[in-house]
Amino acid sequence: MQEEIRAVLKTVDDPELPNVSVADLGMVHEVTVVGGDVFITMVPTFAGCPALDFIQKNVKTAVEEVDWVKGCEVQFSFEEKWSTDAITDEGKSQLKKHGIAPPPENYRPGEEWTVDCPYCGSDYTSMENVFGPTACRSILYCTSCRNPFEAMKPVVDYVIN
Amino acid sequence: MTEVLTAEEAKKDAAYLTALKELIYQLADDDFLISFRGSEWLGLAPHIEEDVAFSSITQNTMGHAFMFYQLLEDLGEGEIDMLAHERHPSVRRNGIYLEKKNGEGNYLEEPYYDWALTVVRNFLYETFKKVKLEAITKSSYKPLANIAGKVLMEQPYHLAHWKIWMKQLLNSTEEARERIEARLNEAWEEFGDVLEYGTQATEIEHFGLIIGEDELKERWINEVSKTIENLPSTPIGKKYGSGREGEHTEDLDQALNTLSEVYMSDKEAIW
Repeated sequence: MQEEIRAVLKTVDDPELPNVSVADLGMVHEVTVVGGDVFITMVPTFAGCPALDFIQKNVKTAVEEVDWVKGCEVQFSFEEKWSTDAITDEGKSQLKKHGIAPPPENYRPGEEWTVDCPYCGSDYTSMENVFGPTACRSILYCTSCRNPFEAMKPVVDYVIN
Repeated sequence: MTEVLTAEEAKKDAAYLTALKELIYQLADDDFLISFRGSEWLGLAPHIEEDVAFSSITQNTMGHAFMFYQLLEDLGEGEIDMLAHERHPSVRRNGIYLEKKNGEGNYLEEPYYDWALTVVRNFLYETFKKVKLEAITKSSYKPLANIAGKVLMEQPYHLAHWKIWMKQLLNSTEEARERIEARLNEAWEEFGDVLEYGTQATEIEHFGLIIGEDELKERWINEVSKTIENLPSTPIGKKYGSGREGEHTEDLDQALNTLSEVYMSDKEAIW
Protein backbone atom coordinates (compact mmCIF):
# COMPACT_ATOMS: atom_id res chain seq x y z
CA MET A 1 0.00 0.00 0.00
CA GLN A 2 2.97 2.24 0.76
CA GLU A 3 4.24 1.57 -2.74
CA GLU A 4 0.87 2.40 -4.24
CA ILE A 5 0.81 5.77 -2.49
CA ARG A 6 4.38 6.49 -3.50
CA ALA A 7 3.42 5.73 -7.10
CA VAL A 8 0.56 8.23 -6.86
CA LEU A 9 2.99 10.85 -5.57
CA LYS A 10 5.03 10.35 -8.73
CA THR A 11 2.02 11.71 -10.64
CA VAL A 12 1.55 14.91 -8.63
CA ASP A 13 3.49 17.66 -10.34
CA ASP A 14 4.96 20.78 -8.85
CA PRO A 15 2.59 23.56 -10.03
CA GLU A 16 5.53 25.67 -11.16
CA LEU A 17 7.49 22.85 -12.77
CA PRO A 18 5.07 20.93 -15.00
CA ASN A 19 5.93 17.23 -15.40
CA VAL A 20 8.29 17.18 -12.46
CA SER A 21 6.61 15.33 -9.63
CA VAL A 22 6.86 16.27 -5.98
CA ALA A 23 8.31 12.80 -5.38
CA ASP A 24 11.08 13.37 -7.92
CA LEU A 25 11.82 16.75 -6.39
CA GLY A 26 12.57 14.92 -3.15
CA MET A 27 9.78 16.58 -1.23
CA VAL A 28 8.20 13.42 0.20
CA HIS A 29 9.69 12.52 3.55
CA GLU A 30 7.42 9.90 5.04
CA VAL A 31 4.31 7.96 4.07
CA THR A 32 2.42 6.16 6.80
CA VAL A 33 -0.68 4.06 6.20
CA VAL A 34 -2.99 3.23 9.09
CA GLY A 35 -6.01 1.27 7.88
CA GLY A 36 -7.59 3.53 5.28
CA ASP A 37 -5.85 6.68 6.49
CA VAL A 38 -2.72 8.00 4.87
CA PHE A 39 -0.35 10.40 6.60
CA ILE A 40 2.24 12.12 4.48
CA THR A 41 5.08 14.25 5.78
CA MET A 42 6.66 16.50 3.19
CA VAL A 43 9.67 18.76 3.27
CA PRO A 44 9.18 22.24 1.82
CA THR A 45 11.65 23.45 -0.80
CA PHE A 46 12.09 27.20 -0.40
CA ALA A 47 10.38 28.77 2.60
CA GLY A 48 8.92 31.60 0.58
CA CYS A 49 7.51 29.30 -2.09
CA PRO A 50 3.87 30.26 -2.67
CA ALA A 51 3.20 26.89 -4.30
CA LEU A 52 3.40 24.97 -1.02
CA ASP A 53 -0.31 25.33 -0.27
CA PHE A 54 -1.23 24.08 -3.74
CA ILE A 55 1.14 21.16 -3.43
CA GLN A 56 -0.39 20.18 -0.12
CA LYS A 57 -3.89 20.31 -1.62
CA ASN A 58 -2.95 18.49 -4.84
CA VAL A 59 -1.26 15.67 -2.95
CA LYS A 60 -4.25 15.24 -0.68
CA THR A 61 -6.68 15.19 -3.59
CA ALA A 62 -4.63 12.70 -5.62
CA VAL A 63 -4.15 10.29 -2.73
CA GLU A 64 -7.82 10.42 -1.74
CA GLU A 65 -8.76 9.28 -5.24
CA VAL A 66 -7.24 5.87 -4.49
CA ASP A 67 -10.14 3.41 -3.84
CA TRP A 68 -9.22 2.18 -0.39
CA VAL A 69 -8.12 5.55 1.00
CA LYS A 70 -10.58 7.08 3.43
CA GLY A 71 -8.62 10.23 4.17
CA CYS A 72 -5.22 11.73 3.61
CA GLU A 73 -3.41 14.21 5.81
CA VAL A 74 -0.45 16.12 4.45
CA GLN A 75 1.87 18.15 6.59
CA PHE A 76 5.16 19.94 6.11
CA SER A 77 7.98 19.32 8.52
CA PHE A 78 11.07 21.39 9.17
CA GLU A 79 12.89 18.66 11.04
CA GLU A 80 14.15 17.26 7.79
CA LYS A 81 15.72 19.79 5.49
CA TRP A 82 15.17 19.68 1.77
CA SER A 83 18.27 20.05 -0.30
CA THR A 84 18.70 20.01 -4.04
CA ASP A 85 20.63 16.74 -3.60
CA ALA A 86 17.25 15.10 -2.96
CA ILE A 87 16.12 15.53 -6.58
CA THR A 88 16.04 12.16 -8.35
CA ASP A 89 17.64 11.37 -11.71
CA GLU A 90 14.16 11.22 -13.23
CA GLY A 91 13.46 14.66 -11.76
CA LYS A 92 16.67 16.03 -13.22
CA SER A 93 15.90 14.72 -16.67
CA GLN A 94 12.37 16.17 -16.56
CA LEU A 95 13.73 19.54 -15.46
CA LYS A 96 16.04 19.62 -18.46
CA LYS A 97 13.14 18.96 -20.84
CA HIS A 98 11.61 22.19 -19.60
CA GLY A 99 14.75 24.19 -20.14
CA ILE A 100 15.73 24.15 -16.49
CA ALA A 101 19.20 22.90 -15.68
CA PRO A 102 19.31 20.69 -12.60
CA PRO A 103 21.40 21.88 -9.66
CA PRO A 104 25.08 20.93 -9.56
CA GLU A 105 26.01 17.83 -7.57
CA ASN A 106 28.27 17.89 -4.51
CA TYR A 107 27.94 21.63 -4.23
CA ARG A 108 29.41 23.33 -1.17
CA PRO A 109 27.87 26.61 0.05
CA GLY A 110 29.68 29.72 -1.04
CA GLU A 111 31.33 28.03 -4.02
CA GLU A 112 30.72 29.31 -7.50
CA TRP A 113 28.88 26.84 -9.62
CA THR A 114 28.80 26.16 -13.32
CA VAL A 115 25.77 25.02 -15.25
CA ASP A 116 25.60 23.23 -18.57
CA CYS A 117 22.97 24.36 -21.05
CA PRO A 118 19.91 22.08 -20.79
CA TYR A 119 19.32 22.42 -24.56
CA CYS A 120 22.73 21.84 -26.15
CA GLY A 121 24.84 20.66 -23.23
CA SER A 122 27.47 23.35 -23.69
CA ASP A 123 29.26 24.70 -20.64
CA TYR A 124 29.75 28.03 -22.43
CA THR A 125 27.05 29.70 -20.33
CA SER A 126 26.75 32.84 -18.25
CA MET A 127 24.74 33.70 -15.16
CA GLU A 128 22.40 36.58 -15.93
CA ASN A 129 20.64 36.70 -12.57
CA VAL A 130 21.02 34.46 -9.52
CA PHE A 131 17.35 35.19 -8.87
CA GLY A 132 14.68 34.06 -11.29
CA PRO A 133 10.92 33.71 -11.67
CA THR A 134 10.70 31.59 -8.50
CA ALA A 135 12.82 31.49 -5.37
CA CYS A 136 14.43 28.21 -6.41
CA ARG A 137 15.60 29.24 -9.88
CA SER A 138 18.27 31.39 -11.55
CA ILE A 139 18.39 32.88 -15.06
CA LEU A 140 21.24 31.99 -17.41
CA TYR A 141 22.23 32.38 -21.05
CA CYS A 142 23.92 29.90 -23.35
CA THR A 143 26.49 31.60 -25.54
CA SER A 144 26.78 28.47 -27.66
CA CYS A 145 23.16 27.88 -28.77
CA ARG A 146 22.04 31.38 -27.77
CA ASN A 147 19.14 30.27 -25.66
CA PRO A 148 18.22 31.83 -22.38
CA PHE A 149 17.51 29.16 -19.78
CA GLU A 150 16.96 28.64 -16.09
CA ALA A 151 18.74 26.58 -13.48
CA MET A 152 17.80 25.33 -10.02
CA LYS A 153 19.87 27.08 -7.37
CA PRO A 154 21.92 24.68 -5.30
CA VAL A 155 20.59 24.57 -1.74
CA VAL A 156 22.41 22.36 0.70
CA ASP A 157 22.75 21.91 4.41
CA TYR A 158 24.29 24.93 6.07
CA VAL A 159 27.57 24.33 7.87
CA ILE A 160 28.57 26.92 10.45
CA ASN A 161 32.25 27.74 10.25
CA MET B 1 19.61 24.07 29.46
CA THR B 2 17.84 20.94 28.33
CA GLU B 3 16.28 20.90 24.93
CA VAL B 4 12.62 21.74 24.59
CA LEU B 5 11.27 19.68 21.73
CA THR B 6 7.68 20.83 21.25
CA ALA B 7 5.36 23.80 21.74
CA GLU B 8 3.39 21.79 24.32
CA GLU B 9 6.53 21.29 26.35
CA ALA B 10 7.45 24.98 26.14
CA LYS B 11 4.00 25.97 27.40
CA LYS B 12 4.60 24.16 30.68
CA ASP B 13 7.18 26.68 31.91
CA ALA B 14 5.69 30.18 32.04
CA ALA B 15 8.99 32.04 32.35
CA TYR B 16 10.54 30.06 29.51
CA LEU B 17 7.47 30.63 27.32
CA THR B 18 7.52 34.40 27.88
CA ALA B 19 11.19 34.70 26.92
CA LEU B 20 10.77 32.41 23.93
CA LYS B 21 7.77 34.29 22.52
CA GLU B 22 9.57 37.59 22.94
CA LEU B 23 12.51 36.37 20.86
CA ILE B 24 10.31 34.90 18.12
CA TYR B 25 8.20 38.08 17.86
CA GLN B 26 11.41 39.99 17.19
CA LEU B 27 12.46 37.57 14.45
CA ALA B 28 9.01 37.57 12.85
CA ASP B 29 8.41 41.32 12.99
CA ASP B 30 11.92 42.14 11.69
CA ASP B 31 11.45 39.94 8.60
CA PHE B 32 7.89 41.16 8.12
CA LEU B 33 8.77 44.85 8.07
CA ILE B 34 11.88 44.62 5.96
CA SER B 35 9.91 42.53 3.44
CA PHE B 36 7.21 45.16 3.31
CA ARG B 37 9.74 47.92 2.63
CA GLY B 38 11.25 45.66 -0.02
CA SER B 39 7.87 45.04 -1.66
CA GLU B 40 7.38 48.79 -2.07
CA TRP B 41 10.29 48.78 -4.51
CA LEU B 42 8.55 46.43 -6.94
CA GLY B 43 8.73 48.01 -10.38
CA LEU B 44 10.95 50.82 -9.12
CA ALA B 45 14.31 49.09 -8.66
CA PRO B 46 17.26 50.49 -10.65
CA HIS B 47 16.96 47.93 -13.45
CA ILE B 48 14.81 44.98 -14.46
CA GLU B 49 17.18 42.27 -13.27
CA GLU B 50 17.31 43.96 -9.88
CA ASP B 51 13.53 44.06 -9.82
CA VAL B 52 13.43 40.29 -10.32
CA ALA B 53 16.14 39.67 -7.72
CA PHE B 54 14.84 42.03 -5.07
CA SER B 55 11.25 40.84 -5.34
CA SER B 56 12.39 37.22 -5.12
CA ILE B 57 14.41 38.01 -1.98
CA THR B 58 11.49 39.92 -0.53
CA GLN B 59 9.00 37.15 -1.21
CA ASN B 60 11.28 34.59 0.37
CA THR B 61 11.89 36.80 3.41
CA MET B 62 8.13 37.14 3.83
CA GLY B 63 8.12 33.32 3.81
CA HIS B 64 10.59 33.41 6.68
CA ALA B 65 8.36 35.81 8.63
CA PHE B 66 5.49 33.38 7.99
CA MET B 67 7.45 30.50 9.55
CA PHE B 68 8.23 32.55 12.66
CA TYR B 69 4.56 33.60 13.03
CA GLN B 70 3.66 29.93 12.60
CA LEU B 71 5.85 29.09 15.61
CA LEU B 72 3.94 31.73 17.59
CA GLU B 73 0.62 30.27 16.46
CA ASP B 74 1.82 26.88 17.70
CA LEU B 75 2.62 28.50 21.04
CA GLY B 76 -0.97 29.70 21.35
CA GLU B 77 -0.57 33.33 20.29
CA GLY B 78 -3.39 33.26 17.72
CA GLU B 79 -3.61 32.82 13.98
CA ILE B 80 -0.80 33.88 11.67
CA ASP B 81 -2.87 36.42 9.73
CA MET B 82 -4.00 38.07 12.92
CA LEU B 83 -0.44 38.17 14.25
CA ALA B 84 0.80 39.81 11.07
CA HIS B 85 -2.07 42.23 10.46
CA GLU B 86 -3.95 43.02 13.63
CA ARG B 87 -1.40 43.61 16.34
CA HIS B 88 -1.19 47.16 17.58
CA PRO B 89 2.06 49.05 16.81
CA SER B 90 2.86 49.22 20.52
CA VAL B 91 3.25 45.44 20.71
CA ARG B 92 5.32 45.16 17.55
CA ARG B 93 8.90 44.12 18.25
CA ASN B 94 10.79 44.96 15.05
CA GLY B 95 13.84 47.21 15.21
CA ILE B 96 12.87 50.81 14.40
CA TYR B 97 15.44 51.13 11.61
CA LEU B 98 13.62 48.39 9.70
CA GLU B 99 10.30 50.26 9.57
CA LYS B 100 11.92 53.42 8.18
CA LYS B 101 10.37 54.65 4.93
CA ASN B 102 12.30 54.00 1.74
CA GLY B 103 12.46 57.74 1.09
CA GLU B 104 10.13 60.60 0.32
CA GLY B 105 6.83 60.22 -1.46
CA ASN B 106 4.83 57.01 -1.61
CA TYR B 107 4.47 53.96 -3.76
CA LEU B 108 1.54 55.22 -5.82
CA GLU B 109 2.62 58.80 -6.41
CA GLU B 110 6.09 60.26 -6.80
CA PRO B 111 8.11 57.63 -5.00
CA TYR B 112 11.47 59.35 -4.46
CA TYR B 113 12.98 56.31 -2.83
CA ASP B 114 16.63 56.11 -1.98
CA TRP B 115 18.59 53.14 -3.26
CA ALA B 116 21.57 53.90 -1.00
CA LEU B 117 19.35 53.50 2.07
CA THR B 118 17.99 50.24 0.70
CA VAL B 119 21.43 48.78 -0.03
CA VAL B 120 22.83 49.79 3.36
CA ARG B 121 19.77 48.67 5.27
CA ASN B 122 19.47 45.29 3.59
CA PHE B 123 23.20 44.61 3.81
CA LEU B 124 23.31 45.41 7.53
CA TYR B 125 20.11 43.50 8.22
CA GLU B 126 20.97 40.34 6.25
CA THR B 127 24.39 40.25 7.94
CA PHE B 128 22.65 40.58 11.29
CA LYS B 129 20.14 37.88 10.35
CA LYS B 130 22.97 35.49 9.45
CA VAL B 131 24.78 35.84 12.79
CA LYS B 132 21.56 35.78 14.79
CA LEU B 133 20.23 32.65 13.09
CA GLU B 134 23.59 30.90 13.32
CA ALA B 135 23.42 31.41 17.08
CA ILE B 136 19.81 30.19 17.11
CA THR B 137 20.70 26.87 15.45
CA LYS B 138 21.96 25.95 18.93
CA SER B 139 18.81 27.24 20.66
CA SER B 140 17.24 25.22 23.48
CA TYR B 141 13.90 25.40 21.62
CA LYS B 142 14.29 22.77 18.92
CA PRO B 143 11.45 23.89 16.58
CA LEU B 144 13.08 27.34 16.41
CA ALA B 145 16.56 25.89 15.88
CA ASN B 146 15.15 23.80 12.98
CA ILE B 147 13.65 26.85 11.30
CA ALA B 148 16.92 28.77 11.72
CA GLY B 149 18.77 25.95 9.96
CA LYS B 150 16.22 25.96 7.15
CA VAL B 151 16.37 29.73 6.65
CA LEU B 152 20.17 29.66 6.65
CA MET B 153 20.15 27.36 3.63
CA GLU B 154 18.43 30.08 1.59
CA GLN B 155 19.57 33.31 3.16
CA PRO B 156 23.21 33.22 1.91
CA TYR B 157 21.83 34.13 -1.54
CA HIS B 158 20.18 37.22 -0.07
CA LEU B 159 23.26 38.33 1.81
CA ALA B 160 25.55 37.72 -1.17
CA HIS B 161 23.29 39.94 -3.28
CA TRP B 162 23.54 42.93 -0.94
CA LYS B 163 27.27 42.41 -0.42
CA ILE B 164 27.79 42.79 -4.16
CA TRP B 165 25.80 46.04 -4.23
CA MET B 166 27.67 47.35 -1.21
CA LYS B 167 31.11 46.57 -2.63
CA GLN B 168 30.31 47.86 -6.09
CA LEU B 169 28.83 51.15 -4.93
CA LEU B 170 31.68 51.77 -2.49
CA ASN B 171 34.13 51.30 -5.36
CA SER B 172 32.07 53.22 -7.87
CA THR B 173 31.84 57.00 -8.40
CA GLU B 174 32.49 59.53 -5.69
CA GLU B 175 28.78 60.31 -5.50
CA ALA B 176 27.91 56.64 -4.98
CA ARG B 177 30.49 56.26 -2.23
CA GLU B 178 29.39 59.43 -0.48
CA ARG B 179 25.74 58.47 -0.55
CA ILE B 180 26.47 55.01 0.84
CA GLU B 181 28.68 56.46 3.56
CA ALA B 182 26.05 59.02 4.54
CA ARG B 183 23.48 56.21 4.90
CA LEU B 184 25.98 54.15 6.89
CA ASN B 185 26.52 57.02 9.32
CA GLU B 186 22.75 57.36 9.63
CA ALA B 187 22.41 53.61 10.26
CA TRP B 188 25.00 53.85 13.00
CA GLU B 189 22.75 56.29 14.83
CA GLU B 190 19.69 54.06 14.50
CA PHE B 191 20.60 50.36 14.35
CA GLY B 192 21.18 49.91 18.10
CA ASP B 193 17.85 48.38 19.08
CA VAL B 194 17.97 45.84 16.25
CA LEU B 195 20.94 44.30 18.09
CA GLU B 196 19.07 44.03 21.39
CA TYR B 197 16.51 41.63 22.89
CA GLY B 198 14.42 44.12 24.90
CA THR B 199 13.04 43.58 28.39
CA GLN B 200 13.49 39.80 28.34
CA ALA B 201 17.18 39.96 27.39
CA THR B 202 18.44 38.29 30.58
CA GLU B 203 15.89 35.48 30.43
CA ILE B 204 16.40 34.92 26.70
CA GLU B 205 20.10 34.29 27.33
CA HIS B 206 19.53 32.40 30.59
CA PHE B 207 17.21 29.87 28.95
CA GLY B 208 19.76 29.16 26.23
CA LEU B 209 17.49 30.49 23.47
CA ILE B 210 20.39 32.40 21.91
CA ILE B 211 23.78 33.89 22.86
CA GLY B 212 23.88 37.16 24.83
CA GLU B 213 23.37 40.59 23.26
CA ASP B 214 27.00 41.68 23.61
CA GLU B 215 28.32 38.62 21.85
CA LEU B 216 25.76 38.95 19.08
CA LYS B 217 26.72 42.57 18.54
CA GLU B 218 30.41 41.70 18.44
CA ARG B 219 29.82 38.96 15.86
CA TRP B 220 27.76 41.35 13.75
CA ILE B 221 30.39 44.10 13.74
CA ASN B 222 33.02 41.53 12.92
CA GLU B 223 30.99 40.21 9.99
CA VAL B 224 30.08 43.70 8.68
CA SER B 225 33.71 44.80 8.76
CA LYS B 226 34.62 41.99 6.36
CA THR B 227 32.82 43.94 3.63
CA ILE B 228 33.22 47.54 4.79
CA GLU B 229 36.75 48.63 5.60
CA ASN B 230 36.02 51.90 7.34
CA LEU B 231 33.05 51.60 9.63
CA PRO B 232 31.77 54.74 11.35
CA SER B 233 33.79 55.34 14.50
CA THR B 234 30.85 56.55 16.58
CA PRO B 235 29.04 54.19 18.96
CA ILE B 236 25.91 52.51 17.57
CA GLY B 237 22.91 54.47 18.77
CA LYS B 238 19.14 54.07 18.93
CA LYS B 239 18.00 57.49 17.92
CA TYR B 240 14.25 56.75 17.97
CA GLY B 241 14.19 54.44 20.98
CA SER B 242 13.78 50.68 21.11
CA GLY B 243 11.42 48.77 18.86
CA ARG B 244 12.17 45.73 21.03
CA GLU B 245 10.28 47.51 23.80
CA GLY B 246 7.38 48.59 21.61
CA GLU B 247 8.62 52.07 20.78
CA HIS B 248 8.02 52.99 17.16
CA THR B 249 7.73 55.87 14.72
CA GLU B 250 4.95 57.04 12.42
CA ASP B 251 6.63 55.11 9.66
CA LEU B 252 5.42 51.90 11.25
CA ASP B 253 1.82 53.16 11.29
CA GLN B 254 2.10 53.99 7.61
CA ALA B 255 3.57 50.57 6.87
CA LEU B 256 0.89 48.66 8.81
CA ASN B 257 -1.98 50.70 7.38
CA THR B 258 -0.86 50.04 3.84
CA LEU B 259 0.06 46.43 4.44
CA SER B 260 -3.20 45.53 6.17
CA GLU B 261 -5.59 47.58 4.07
CA VAL B 262 -6.92 44.68 2.03
CA TYR B 263 -6.96 42.28 4.96
CA MET B 264 -8.91 44.74 7.11
CA SER B 265 -11.46 45.30 4.34
CA ASP B 266 -12.62 41.69 4.67
CA LYS B 267 -11.09 39.56 7.37
CA GLU B 268 -13.11 36.49 6.45
CA ALA B 269 -12.05 36.41 2.82
CA ILE B 270 -10.37 33.24 1.64
CA TRP B 271 -7.54 33.73 -0.82
